[in-house]
Amino acid sequence: MAERKIVPIGPYHPLQEEPEFFKLIVEGEHVVELEIDIGYNHRGIEKLAEEKHWDQITFLVERICGICSNSHPFAYCLAGEDLLGIEVPERANYIRMIIDELQRLHSHLLWLGLAGHFIGYNTIWMWAWKAREPVLDLFELISGNRQNYAMLKIGGVRRDIKEEAYPVIRKTIKNLYPTLKMFQKAIQDDPVIQTRTRGVGILKKEDGISFGAVGPTARASGIDIDVRRDDRYARYDTLSWSVITRNEGDIHAKLLVRVLEMIESCSIIEQCLDRIPKGEIETEVRDIPQGEGIGRVEAPRGECFHYIRSDGTNRPVRHKIRAPSFVNVATNLVTVPGYTISDAALTLAAVDPCYCCTERSAAFTLTGEKILKGEDLIRLSIEKTEKIKKIYGNDKK
Amino acid sequence: MIKDEIKNNLENQIRDWIVKNPKRIYFTIDKKDIKTVAKFLHRDKKMRLSTITGADNEINFELLYHFGLDATGEIFSVRVFLEKDKPEIDSLVEIFRASDWVEREIHEMLGINFVGHHQLKHLLLDDDWPKDDFPLRKSRKNG
Repeated sequence: MAERKIVPIGPYHPLQEEPEFFKLIVEGEHVVELEIDIGYNHRGIEKLAEEKHWDQITFLVERICGICSNSHPFAYCLAGEDLLGIEVPERANYIRMIIDELQRLHSHLLWLGLAGHFIGYNTIWMWAWKAREPVLDLFELISGNRQNYAMLKIGGVRRDIKEEAYPVIRKTIKNLYPTLKMFQKAIQDDPVIQTRTRGVGILKKEDGISFGAVGPTARASGIDIDVRRDDRYARYDTLSWSVITRNEGDIHAKLLVRVLEMIESCSIIEQCLDRIPKGEIETEVRDIPQGEGIGRVEAPRGECFHYIRSDGTNRPVRHKIRAPSFVNVATNLVTVPGYTISDAALTLAAVDPCYCCTERSAAFTLTGEKILKGEDLIRLSIEKTEKIKKIYGNDKK
Repeated sequence: MIKDEIKNNLENQIRDWIVKNPKRIYFTIDKKDIKTVAKFLHRDKKMRLSTITGADNEINFELLYHFGLDATGEIFSVRVFLEKDKPEIDSLVEIFRASDWVEREIHEMLGINFVGHHQLKHLLLDDDWPKDDFPLRKSRKNG
C-alpha cells in the first residue's frame, strides 16, 4: 500500500474562486478520502436579517450570492407571501419568471465556461462567457444592473419590464439557441470533453438521496426533482417545458443537464413574452402579521429554501436560509475519493459551488495617486447603461 | 392522501396538526420520537430533508425539520421543543447524511447537542470560537 499524503486545496488557492478548504488524502495519484472545511465566507446573514426591516431584507438576501442574486429574494418574497396568504398580480409572476430564467442562463453559461477552463479547454470558457455577455446586457437594460437587480419585493416586483424591451429580449434569446446547440453537440461529440468527464466523479442515486442533493447535481444522478414543477410557484405550471434528467451521475451528465436546461430556459422566456398580460405589478403589503412562512425556488444550483417567522413587528424573529450549495458541496465527500487528483478539481467544481465574485476595482498611478474614484465608477456605470439602452434602442428600429 | 397516511401512521406521535395551506403542513412531536418520525417520512414516504430551522424562543428552543415531498410539492415541518437548560436531541445522521452539516450548524449557532452525531465540531465558525458563545441565542449581547 502506498504511503498516504495530504494535498491541500485552499482556503485560498488559484483553483477556487471562493475560499473553501479541501483536504485531499491521497495514495500516489489517487484520492482516498476528502475532508471539507467551510466557513471562510460566513457573513452572519441570518443574524443580520433579524435586525433589518422586512423590506430591507430583500436587498440583504440579494447579496448572499452574486450569481443567483434573484433566487434568494425570490424565495424570501414567496415566504413572505406564504405567511400573508396573498397572491401577486399575474404580470408580476411573469416578470419574476423572465428574470429568474435569464439568471439561470447567465449562471449556467458562467459555470460552463469555468468547467471548460478546469478541463484545460479554454475555447469553451471564452465562447461560453462571450454568449453570457448579451444576457448580462439584458439585465442592465431591464434593471440598470448586471448583478443584484433589485427587482423583487413582497407582493410583486419593484420595476416593470417595458414593452420596448420585449423585442430585444426575443432577439438575444433567438441568437442564443445556435450557440447552445453548438455546446450540446460539443459535449456529446468532442473526444477531449468525453475523456475528461465521462465516468468521472459519479454521484450515485442513493448517495444523492441521502445527502438531499438538489438541482442539476441531483438531476444528473437520476433524481427527478425540480421545484419549478413540484412546488408550482409563479406560473411555471401553465408553460410547456420539461425537467432534464440523466442517469449516469458523472460530470458529463451534469454538463449535459445544464446545457439542455438552458435551451428549456430560452423556451420558457419566449413563452412568458408571448403570454405576459398587462396590468398591476404589485399587491400592496403594509404589515407582516404574526406567523410563519416557507418559500422555495429552483435556483440555478437547485432548491433555495427560506423560512421566516414574524412576531408582528417590522423585523423577523427568525429567518432561516438554506442555499442549494449547502447540500450539494457535501456530496463531494463521496464523489471525489476514488479518482485522481487532476479529476478532483473538476469534480469539486461540478456541483457549481456559489462564487461570491462581486469585486470593486480601483486604478492607481505609480506614485499611489488614485485615478478612478467612487463617483467616477458610478458615472462610468451610468454611461454604460445609457449606451446599452441606445444600442438596443437603435437595434429595434 | 399522503396527509391522512401520515396522520394515521404517526397518530401516537403527532401532538398538534396545522395545515397552513394545502402545501405547508406543520406538526409537533416529542423529541424522543424524532428518529421514528424521520425514518417513516424519509424511508417509507420518500421525503427529502430540506433543512432544519433552529430558533431560540427564550423560554425554550425549537427545531423545525422541513421535510419536502417532491412528488406533490408539500412541505411537512416537524416541530420539536427542547428544554432551555439542557437542549439535546437524537442526531439523524444515521438515517440520512443531509442532516450532517445542518446539525453541526445548529450546534454551533444555538448550542444544541445532537446525540449520536459522529463529528459534532464547528462548521462555519472558527475552531477557536469560544465554546460557550452561541451567536443565535437571544440572551447573547446584541442577540
